[in-house]
Amino acid sequence: MTPGTWLALVTALLLSGAAVRALRRRARREAWRRFFRHRAAAWGVGVLAFFVIAAVAAPLLAPFDPNRQLDIVELKNRGPSWIYLFGTDVLSRDVWSRVVFGARVSLAVGALAMLLAVTLGALVGAVAGYYRRWIDATLMRLVDVGLSLPRLFVLLMVIAVLGRVPLPALVLFIGLTSWFGTSRLVRAEVLGLRERDFIAAARALGAGSGRVIFRHVLPNAAAPIIVSAALGIANVLLLEAGLSFFGVGVPPPDPSWGNMIADGAPHLATAPWTALFPGLAIALVVMALNAVGDALRQALDPRQEAT
Amino acid sequence: MTAWLVRRVGAAIAIVFAVVTLTFFLIQLAPGEPFLPPPEQPMDRAVVAELRRQFGLDASPPVRYWRYLVQMAHGNLGMSFGLHRPVADAIAEAVPNTLLLAGAALLIDFLLGLALGVYQALRVHRAPDVILGNVTLFLYSVPTFWLGLILLLVFGEWLRWFPVGGPSDPVMCPTVASLHCVIDRAWHLALPALTLGVVGAAGTARFQRAAMLEVAGQDYVRTARAKGASERRIALHHTLRNALLPFITLFGLAFPFLLTGAVLIETIFAWPGMGRLATDAILRRDYPVVTASALLASTVVVVGSLLADLLLVLTDPRIRVRENA
Repeated sequence: MTPGTWLALVTALLLSGAAVRALRRRARREAWRRFFRHRAAAWGVGVLAFFVIAAVAAPLLAPFDPNRQLDIVELKNRGPSWIYLFGTDVLSRDVWSRVVFGARVSLAVGALAMLLAVTLGALVGAVAGYYRRWIDATLMRLVDVGLSLPRLFVLLMVIAVLGRVPLPALVLFIGLTSWFGTSRLVRAEVLGLRERDFIAAARALGAGSGRVIFRHVLPNAAAPIIVSAALGIANVLLLEAGLSFFGVGVPPPDPSWGNMIADGAPHLATAPWTALFPGLAIALVVMALNAVGDALRQALDPRQEAT
Repeated sequence: MTAWLVRRVGAAIAIVFAVVTLTFFLIQLAPGEPFLPPPEQPMDRAVVAELRRQFGLDASPPVRYWRYLVQMAHGNLGMSFGLHRPVADAIAEAVPNTLLLAGAALLIDFLLGLALGVYQALRVHRAPDVILGNVTLFLYSVPTFWLGLILLLVFGEWLRWFPVGGPSDPVMCPTVASLHCVIDRAWHLALPALTLGVVGAAGTARFQRAAMLEVAGQDYVRTARAKGASERRIALHHTLRNALLPFITLFGLAFPFLLTGAVLIETIFAWPGMGRLATDAILRRDYPVVTASALLASTVVVVGSLLADLLLVLTDPRIRVRENA
């Protein structure tokens, strides 16, 4: 760690604190105020803000190149110190720098895979719930099949079958196997919505099915979609970690939190810090996402009282 | 009710069938194949061809699929490519280990999770609830295998309270022959079961707490209080009894979690169960073992959710089965 990186770290912390305060002060709408009434909401937003800032400003916060082997003879498996904040790994790479750069990869994989999954889930759920009849039956049986496959298993199989896959393909596969739960939630919401008067009114005014679904049904089903998006990123992060453990996650040498744990696992006894810190990073972000997800559910669903 | 049950069982069988079919064809898409000799260890072409013929790999995929289904209908899961034994034997050896691990984990999950959830709900928004809420949130958010690694490091490597892996002491207790060996087994089981169980319990506790609080706001709880029932009676007889119903749904959802978790945990703790058998088979292109594992896994998941729905219908008189749903 150099004075510059310390300065960047403190700035990032202050910035994320400021972001939370600013959001809170702007919280005029009732839903936002309800959101911040949740005990852990502000904390969760702060943690997420910090990691996003760290991911964006990774070169400033990381004192070393994450993939550079500093000195394979002298600096292997060094414990945490003021210079190497989280220690160094078996290839003498700086663990702190890798955790910071890993935030880029892990958060990007999480966000993109979630985006794909939630879009698919919302579309399938809306179509199934809106059209009912055989479309609904077919799609929901498909979802039943998807939900009864152990996901880790399927992805392991697909990726093992294809050999090493590049990062975009990994995101695609995770996204394509993660939408089943969302589609069920959205369908349940749409089933209630389609009987409402404003939908009948829209149809009476001559709106086509596509317009009704996109302009009237989906915006009103936003609550479960947003909540499952927050929880979806958390799931993807855990899944990516699991895949990396079997050597089929984000390809090395680029760091993701998952493949860092996997790399550190064999050296657990001699250098526990190499697996400890990326795991803590995952735990922190997933905790924050769960807290934000809870708070969102509470804010967007007024029927549910504060718990 | 009967019609509903028949339909659900039919759907369950269809799902399992679909999963097996998907698995069968998915793994055919693989570039590379079993019996492809490594370049450093060349094999005679004729030998490879003979091996492929013996295992029926010379036929086209649809033909092989048909043969597979016919064999499966006879209860024959085929021969493993890599283990030199029938798939059924390998699975029969692995299943008890997974059952033991999953059973112990499930027990910890539900007992601990239920107790914590109820306790938190009774102390809601006070110090114990807040502290436990944070602890369960952390455990709920942690990658299971990472927690396993940390527990292994602390209790296996540093404190040496528990062994670092394997199902039993291979020298003293290869089989469960004496009381001493039963204890040895439990001792080996402790860490993996605890890892899976504690992570599961965190989810269960959060779920149960929410369920308790939702029921606590219902009219019949207020009525009970107005009648002058003691708080203890209200908590146990009115709140808990009704808050246990969603718990049954959770029970059905626990199976996929345990299966996935077990895959990673079995690998970390060198536990010779289904998870390890299946992942090894995937990585080695051992098709028959992979398909059989998929069959087993999807059956377990489907039966779990069917069982949960059935229990729910039987226990909650408010749920009416819609005959045409």
